[in-house]
Amino acid sequence: MLEALQFEFMRNALMAGLLTSVACGVIGTFVVVNRIVFLSGGIAHAAYGGIGLAFFFGLPFVVGTLGFALLVAMVMAVVTLKARHRSDTIIGVLWAIGMALGVILLDLSPGYNVDLMSFLFGSILAVPTADLWLMLVLNILILLTVGYFYNDFLALSYDEDFAKLRGVRVKLLYFVLLAMVALSVVMIIRIVGLILVIALLTIPPYIAEKHSGSLRAMMFISFLLSCLFTMVGLWVSYVFNLTSGATIIMVAGVCFFISLFFELLGSRRPFSKWS
Amino acid sequence: MRDAIIEIRDLWFSFNSIPVLKEVNLTVRRGDFIALLGPNGGGKTTLLKLMLGLLRPDRGSIKIFNEPAGKSTHRIGYMPQHLHFNQSFPISVLDVVLMGKLRPGKGWSRYSPKDKIAAQKAMEQMEMWEFRNRRVGELSGGQQQRVFIARALVDEPEVLFLDEPTASVDTKHQTDLFDILKELNKTVTIIVVSHDVGIVSSHVKSVACVNQQVFYHDDAEITQEMLEMAYQCCPVDLVAHGMPHRVLQEHEDSE
Repeated sequence: MLEALQFEFMRNALMAGLLTSVACGVIGTFVVVNRIVFLSGGIAHAAYGGIGLAFFFGLPFVVGTLGFALLVAMVMAVVTLKARHRSDTIIGVLWAIGMALGVILLDLSPGYNVDLMSFLFGSILAVPTADLWLMLVLNILILLTVGYFYNDFLALSYDEDFAKLRGVRVKLLYFVLLAMVALSVVMIIRIVGLILVIALLTIPPYIAEKHSGSLRAMMFISFLLSCLFTMVGLWVSYVFNLTSGATIIMVAGVCFFISLFFELLGSRRPFSKWS
Repeated sequence: MRDAIIEIRDLWFSFNSIPVLKEVNLTVRRGDFIALLGPNGGGKTTLLKLMLGLLRPDRGSIKIFNEPAGKSTHRIGYMPQHLHFNQSFPISVLDVVLMGKLRPGKGWSRYSPKDKIAAQKAMEQMEMWEFRNRRVGELSGGQQQRVFIARALVDEPEVLFLDEPTASVDTKHQTDLFDILKELNKTVTIIVVSHDVGIVSSHVKSVACVNQQVFYHDDAEITQEMLEMAYQCCPVDLVAHGMPHRVLQEHEDSE
């Protein structure tokens, strides 16, 4: 494995995994405790529309995807705030329309040859150094925002009414949170692809939740787990020549089941209802 | 006449065009201990949330400490219904209680030492200090309640609002809880939403029956008329599911 580190693409891949893990840890934690997994999936899929826009209008790739993802996130935020009981359906609709828009715009873009596979399944092995800098900037933005508003986000996630009473700007922070989800999702798609983005966003925090005494701890443990899954997944995919994104998720999935197994063992009488 | 803390005049509120509260007039004075009774869906929690400024009325006015509801919220303690809380949320008792001292806009600064001392005092008052590092989700219903009350009290409010504090708590803890509230009432005005007629009537000072409209009774005696108005069902059925409060009182006195 060590000889693989000679290759720049491999070093970049590891770096990309590490950087994305920060987003996974921090934002994934909020996604899981706030139960906005479906919404995050909606943002991810709709982001494909951004790719189409970027190529059709000749915009830089990043501007197209990030910009559109942020736009979709804001629309979802408004919808889920104003029409709570319809939000499920609307998220589903935006999810599909975003994707369809992307496909059609790409059809209409002349002489274009995008690798759909890399968007769907990740292209961690093809991360240019410029993208690593972008990920670093996004991570710093996320860490600063969450650090500054930590107590507010904690209150918002745990008890929204109480937070509102104490003067927390719950609506504003909700928008900020979804914006950060959009940024994270676009980063993670690069690693494991659109199909699997939700898995990397949610499996580490899900495992971490039981072992954390605070939200901060949950974020940190999720970060470590995400790093672990990415490193091990990359190594396994290298050795066995498999698609890296899928391998990473497979590692995550196996750990998820191990964790579940220990959870069942740990609880006093898991099948007591049967006796 | 003790000063009026909360004044509600001609309040109307509807949700999705369905009227929830109609023409509500209510005055809460300093030192009151009011129970808001009524059937589910009758508007009790909605009325509470309107008083807290979490909801806006369609018509009419609500004033707390002479200001529109939603200002002066630091003089208010709130214990929401906690049935919907995520029990697997990673948060300690201490963190929950400290939340009662949350002041947005402080940015990087965490809670001050003064905040932590206040939190300790509140937890000791509720006998939860020894549990301060435990995950809230691991505690029993009664213990969780005491944590949420500590949180509501930590900022030394002048008025305390509690929403169904006895839901999912056994009878002994219910009485304990209301004993604590009775004690608190010496310094804090209290408004409790409850559906539990029996427990409430032996501890509170006055009752407001909420079922789209509000009928205020300046004493805690639950009359048949009140029950009929509030619940629109046979009062005997209602009280007989538990023990009528008069029986409970006698038992205690005869010990």
